[in-house]
Amino acid sequence: MSAAHNTAVSFETGLLDKHRPWRTARLSLPLRTDEDVVYLRKHVREHAVAIGLSLVDQTKLVTAASELARNTIKYGRGGDVHLDDLLDGLKKGIGLIFVDNGPGIPDLDLALRDGYTTGGGLGLGLSGSKRLCDEFEIDTRPGEGTAVCVVKWKR
Amino acid sequence: MDRIPILRMGDLLLVTIQVDMHDRLAMTLQDDLTERIVSDGAKGVLIDISALDLVDSFIGRMISNTAAMARVLDAQTVVVGMQPAVAITLVELGLTLHGVKTALNVEKGMALLGKNYF
Repeated sequence: MSAAHNTAVSFETGLLDKHRPWRTARLSLPLRTDEDVVYLRKHVREHAVAIGLSLVDQTKLVTAASELARNTIKYGRGGDVHLDDLLDGLKKGIGLIFVDNGPGIPDLDLALRDGYTTGGGLGLGLSGSKRLCDEFEIDTRPGEGTAVCVVKWKR
Repeated sequence: MDRIPILRMGDLLLVTIQVDMHDRLAMTLQDDLTERIVSDGAKGVLIDISALDLVDSFIGRMISNTAAMARVLDAQTVVVGMQPAVAITLVELGLTLHGVKTALNVEKGMALLGKNYF
């Protein structure tokens, strides 16, 4: 369940430390069940409110978090998420990094296309999340895993 | 197990979603609503999402599917009370809830279903 913080993902990716210079805090949570997604949404909302994101930007970030967390569980067979508080000069932001040890994404360009899905969904998770955030980066290797990093900065 | 309550008022079914739904809960609501449309002979379904601060692709799909299932079961669905921030996010995400009727509030939703109780 949500309380256990056993970060067991071994996929080694540079994305984990992408924002290290600007990071002021990190909260790591497991993503295994439907309830973990709800738990993450609650945390993302709290952090977004704390740094003063507008209501629309809060909603965009929480929605992107929900989409990507579901991808981690559904396609990555579960994984971890790291919620980073960022501070770049006077600019505050929130970074989210989703990591899994799943099969990887064979064709990233295709996966980023609106409406493309291998799981019977709407195919909006990746492409939609990209539109909802300020920064978006994916590191994926077949058979090793996938990491997705998104950032929303306070305007 | 968790369930979202479904209220009956005449030939309408009313649902107000007031919790952050996990995916299974959303699926359960879709199934329950479809069953209740048939068992109660409902002609209309009103879903109030004014307390929802997020509609992602999963919940969006649940709403679209419910409306489509209701339609083939001879019932209309109206979704009411969507928050502005949710609407902005939904459209940017790429979801338009195609084929779903919406109204700003319960009163207007009722009118859309042909009921003027107010």
